[in-house]
This record gives sequence, C-alpha cells and structure tokens, in this order.
Amino acid sequence: MEIKKPLLEMINISKSFPGVKALQNVNLKAYGGEALALVGENGAGKSTLMKILSGVYKKDEGKILIDGNEVNVSGISDAENLGISIIHQELSLLPNLTIYENIFLGNEKYSGAFRKLDKKYMKEKSTELLSKIGFKIKPDTIVKNLNVGEMQMIEIIKAISKNSKIIIMDEPTTALTDVETKKLFEVIEKLKSHGIAIIYISHRLDEIFQICDSVTVLRDGKYIGDAKVKQVSKDDLIAMMVGRKLDEQFPYRDEKKGEVLLKVENLCYKNKVKNVSFYVREGEILGIAGLMGSGRTEAAKTIFGEYKKSSGDIYVGGKKVNINSPKDAIEYGIAYLSEDRKKEGIVLNMSVRENMSICNLKKYENSLKRIDKKEELEDVNTYIKKLSVKTPSPAQLIKNLSGGNQQKAIIAKWIMVSPKVLIIDEPTRGIDVGAKKEIYEVLNELKKMGKAIIMISSDMPEILGVSDRIIVMSEGKLSGELSRKEATQENIMKYAVSINN
Amino acid sequence: MSKDIKSNLLKYKSLLGLVLLCIVISIITPRFLNVINIMNVLTQVSVNAILAIGMSFVILTGGIDLSVGSTLAISGAVAATLIKSNGSMVMALVVALAIGALIGLLNGIIISKGKIQAFIATLATMTIFRGATLVYTNGTPVSALPENFMLIGNKKLAGIIPMPAVITLVVLLIAWYVLNETRYGRYVYALGGNEDSARLSGINTDKIKIIVYVICGIMAALSGVIVTSRVGSASPNAGTGFELDAIAAVVLGGTSLAGGEGTVVGTIIGAMIIGVLNNGLNLMNVSPYYQLIVKGFVILLAILLDKKNK
Repeated sequence: MEIKKPLLEMINISKSFPGVKALQNVNLKAYGGEALALVGENGAGKSTLMKILSGVYKKDEGKILIDGNEVNVSGISDAENLGISIIHQELSLLPNLTIYENIFLGNEKYSGAFRKLDKKYMKEKSTELLSKIGFKIKPDTIVKNLNVGEMQMIEIIKAISKNSKIIIMDEPTTALTDVETKKLFEVIEKLKSHGIAIIYISHRLDEIFQICDSVTVLRDGKYIGDAKVKQVSKDDLIAMMVGRKLDEQFPYRDEKKGEVLLKVENLCYKNKVKNVSFYVREGEILGIAGLMGSGRTEAAKTIFGEYKKSSGDIYVGGKKVNINSPKDAIEYGIAYLSEDRKKEGIVLNMSVRENMSICNLKKYENSLKRIDKKEELEDVNTYIKKLSVKTPSPAQLIKNLSGGNQQKAIIAKWIMVSPKVLIIDEPTRGIDVGAKKEIYEVLNELKKMGKAIIMISSDMPEILGVSDRIIVMSEGKLSGELSRKEATQENIMKYAVSINN
Repeated sequence: MSKDIKSNLLKYKSLLGLVLLCIVISIITPRFLNVINIMNVLTQVSVNAILAIGMSFVILTGGIDLSVGSTLAISGAVAATLIKSNGSMVMALVVALAIGALIGLLNGIIISKGKIQAFIATLATMTIFRGATLVYTNGTPVSALPENFMLIGNKKLAGIIPMPAVITLVVLLIAWYVLNETRYGRYVYALGGNEDSARLSGINTDKIKIIVYVICGIMAALSGVIVTSRVGSASPNAGTGFELDAIAAVVLGGTSLAGGEGTVVGTIIGAMIIGVLNNGLNLMNVSPYYQLIVKGFVILLAILLDKKNK
C-alpha cells in the first residue's frame, strides 16, 4: 500500500531570540488535501514556527522540505513563490486602500498598451472571491471603515487569491461570527478538495475537531506529539498542551452581589448605540454577548469617554456623572481594556514595567515630582507574580512577550489602579487554554473583592461559563437579558440575531 | 561579530560616531585638540544644542516644530529692545521667555485642539512670526546693547568655560530629569509610542502636546537671547534655517521622527557631532559650501545606520 507523502515537512527546527529559546527541534508534517491543527499554549512557539515557514523569520537550525525537496525560505517572496501563504494573527491590511486594492496588492492586474490598472477586472474578481466566502460588501470599500472581523475575512481572501499550496491560518476565527466561521469552513473544505494543505493554528478545540484532520502539539517551544483528530479526545489534547489535565475550564464562583456600581440609562451614540440601558453590581460579572457589529465595543467606549455620547445618563455608585474623556472615566473608577491590544492597549516600544505602571504614576510621585522607581518596581513585580506574566524581567520590551502575556500585563495595569468597575472587551482573544483559566480566576478574585465586571465576549462558552448575568446586544440595541440559569447558547443566539422593533 | 556586541555597539552608535569623528579630525589637524578650540566648539554648539533639546520633546511625541528659528528671532529682538529702554536684565529675560512660551502655546493649541498636522501648523507660525519680527524691528537690527546683556553670551567662567555652554548644561540636566524621572516624561514617551493607548490609559494627550510645544518655544527664546548677546545685536533674520540643524541634531542623536524613542543625551551628542564636524572642516580650510554637503551626508548615514539596526 502506498504511503502518502507529506506536502510539507519541517524537521528539527530551532530558533532563538535574545534571551528566549523560542523553538527547539520542532517537527511538523502537513499533507495536501488535509487541515493540520497546530496547537499549544501561548509562548509554545506556534506563531514563531509559522513565521519561519512563511519567510518572516530565518530558522537557526533544521530543514524544510516541500514535496520531498529541501527548500530555502529566506524571505516573504521566497515563501510566496514556493506556494506558502500566511494569514497572520495581527492583521496586515493597508487601511487607506480599498478592499480590491488590498487583495491585489503586489499582484495588480494591468490591461491595454499603456499598462493601465485593470480596475474592472480586479473589482470583479474581488466580488467573486468575496461572494465565495459569502461576504456581501462592495470591493471599493475603504478597509479602515471595516471592523476587526471584516478585515480578517479580507486577509483570508487575499491568501486564497494567491493560489497557494500551503495556507497557514493563525487564529483565523477569533473575530468571526459563527455564521462567518461556518462559511470559512466551507471554503477550507473546498481548498482541501484542491489538494491544498492547510495549517490551522487555533485555541478553539471545538473548531479543530470540526475542520481538521490531524493535530500537532507544541509546548514551551518543544514538539510534544501529533495525532489524527479522529483518534484523540479534547481532554487528551488539553493534557498534551498544558502537560496536565484541566478539570475545570471555566471556574465560576457565586459571590454576594452588592450595590449597583454602574448604571447606564438610554445611552445613545450616533447610530451605533441605541437607547441601551443596563446596570452592574458589586461582586458581579455581567457578560455582554452579541454578534460583531452589535455595538458592544461602541457602548463600552462611550461609557469610558473615548466616544462622546449623543444622549443618555451614566451613574457611578448612584451618582450621575459627566464623562468626557478616558481620564474622567478612570477618575470615577472605571477601567476599560480594549479588544485590540496592539492598537489600543500597549505601547509597543516601552518595557513591561512602563506599560504596567502608566495609569498609576501619580501614586509613585514624591517630592519634586519625582517617580519613586523602587516603589514602582515593587508594585510591578507584585502584579507580574500575581498574574503569572511570563517575562524574563520587567525591563523587557513588551513587544517581545507572547500575546497572552501581553494581555495579562494589561489586565495587571488596570487592576493596579483599583477600579470600581472593570470593562473588559474580549478578555481572552488569542490566548491559550492555560492562560485563559488564569484570567478567569483573576476576574473571579476581583469579583470577590467587590468589583463590578463587564465582560464583552464573542466566545459563547466563556460567556456562559463565567458570567453571573448576560445581556445581549443586536444592531446597537439591547435585545435581551438572561440570568446564568436561563442562559444557553441557543437563546443567546436567538437574541443576538433578533432585531427589536 | 557576536550578536550581543553588535547590538550594544549600535546602541551607542552616536557616541561612538562622535568619538571616531574627534579622533579622525585630531589626526588630520593638530589644531583641533586644544582647550581654546574645544571651548569655541562648545560655544558654537550651545545655541543649536538648546534648540535641539526643546525640539527633542516635540519629536518624542511624534510632532515637529519648524517655527523655532522665528521664535528665536522675535524673542531676541524683544529682549534687546527692552534691555536698551529699561536696563533690567531680569525683565528682558522673563519677557523673552514668555514670548517663546506663548508662541509654543499657540502651536500646541493649533496642533492638539485644532487637529492640524504639526508640520503644517508650525510652517505657518514660522512664517507669521518671521513677519512679526520684521515688523517689530522695522527690518533693521537692534544694536548697541549694554554690557550686562553681553555677559550672557560672552562671559567665561573661571576665565575659560563659556557661559552658553554652562546654560546648555543646566538645560540638559533639567530636560533629562523631566524626561527620565517625572511622570510627564513617561507620558511624553507613551504619547509618542502609541497615542491611542496613551489616551485610553487616561493620559491627557492634548495637555501633553501643548506642554511640549511650550517647552520648545521657551528653548527657542532662550537661544534667541544667547544669540543676540553673542552677536551684540538682534537681527530680524536671526535663526533662519536653525530649525533644520536642530532637527538634524535630534535625528543624529538616535531619536526617531515617528516618536516614542530617543534621549536628550543622544540629542546633545548629535549637536556635538554637527559642531565638531563644522569645526574640523573649518580647521582644515574646507569651504563652508562643502561643509553643507558633508553635513547632509552625515545625516543620511546616521539614518541608514538606524534603519539597519531595526
């Protein structure tokens, strides 16, 4: 019987960065016509491995074979010529250009004697690709007007349009709705039928069991093993990823609920937030569910003072407040953790310590307006420990941390200002199973301390697992409210797709 | 070359560049390395250094200030007129610095509240205040300044150390302190690094922007007083083109024009590089026209080395 040869083989790949051994002797085999899941906790090395494959990084050691032949991938165009395409976790579209311009970036089509840009062809082809994914939008829409989820769809189309043999998708569904994810899976099946190998990096084990054929597990930069999806269970996978079996994925604690800390009445912001009213109490986690574009982030940013409300009232601790800027909101005890940490959460070229202490500097100020750096460092170290932020030192540049650890650092930053109300937008996006649980534990701790937490999330199991109460938004309006007991994925979805009259 | 050594070398590239430059020049001409010449260099560098320190604050936030030359001119002119009519050093100084601060305030407000790009806003104010200087002085220099005023630019402490260099040192120490030891300094770096994150962290980004332009304006005014004192008169054309040397010093010192990265010590080194280069070429009897070409190449080289490091 003929044994199928792998389309791609990565053998004994090693890679180090200053102070960090990112990969040690990692192996990977991907077959044409199949989807290989690449799983592991954050910092396991998945993104690094794929960046080597796609030419962004150069490997220190090891071999890469395509169709049995050793290849040298020394740059991104090398990788593209070899038929390797990657859709990064961090979106890389050009915001000032249109959708079709982004899709055809570097591959523009020309027509006629004067080599004029064939916009008609590019627009038509783009419309074709867009409808393949079921994404109804004009190809001449400017990308910066799209939201995160829509941009990710364009990224996927970009890769598909380059006729690649190997397509790497790094957390492709993080910002996608269930409907869009289903469409993506249909497209993936189509790609498989054309013999393309898909490498699917994701934390969403449910998806992996749906769409992938085999799985490779990394942990701490090392190759742990691989398996056929049909022959392995979710618990087995988690055990391989974390090195231990997770008995409780969503720790929930029932705490005594106190006074109403934040109340929002008839809040309106342009046409994005329409007459939204809700409240949250001490010791409570209020989950806000909804599809993308439902206005949850806009509502949060309006409360936080980043957007100016068109009308409505906000009450903190029973008192009506006037919030005109994030600075005001923070002074009233409201903290907001953005869904887009690269753009709005961290300052990339500052250290972990400087990022963590940035909201709290007034506390460390002594005479002569001087920052007491010793006190600052003590505080930062305390919280690095409390949240298990994996960093060689507080002086490390935050851009060198993995996504999950960056997120933990930002959460620490907000906890350090002792807010009354913490609004956290997609708390565990792009974060591994182990770190997710740590973050839920932190939220529970805060709950116990009497804080009020508003958690915006598109991760159904997460919302169901951790919230005390859930409200659902749909197209800018509040469409439903469910207690923890009543809530199920079905009735959340029912509210999420409904349009109120 | 091991990776660690290489990255450390690149980190100190400005300082190394300066040292290398000094060595090369001293080999070519023995007249470079003597006390009197060095003191001359320090004096000549001072004005640009002070301007560049002010410019550092602005560039660190991702902005730029093209109006410093004009601010220099009008502050110098007003100081000169006041000292002639009134004789009070303190008043002349205070009013001059106040003018610098007000021009900076204007720049800051236009850029932060008016949301106009720094390049364009300060291009406009540069033109307005150059015109204002010409109007104020009627197009003629203000000369015959009293003794006490001339001391600022010309006095030598202990007979050797030029006053402008001392002033530069004091300014450097204060600037270093603000940027490294106070929270305003952190806010400046945060704002330059990522304005959205900074604002969402509760930093009053408008206020910080206004403050850095005010600082830059004050530094320009201080430079105006020194220039006027050294030359002995306030020319309506003083400071023309000084903004470019200031920006060059900031860039040579390793500060990124995008904001968020750089130090004032680096800026001083950058200013020194320009000053030493000019001095060296003078001592070698190179025509000042060639000096401009050399300076331009040095700046280009510095930026290329910076890109390579990234």
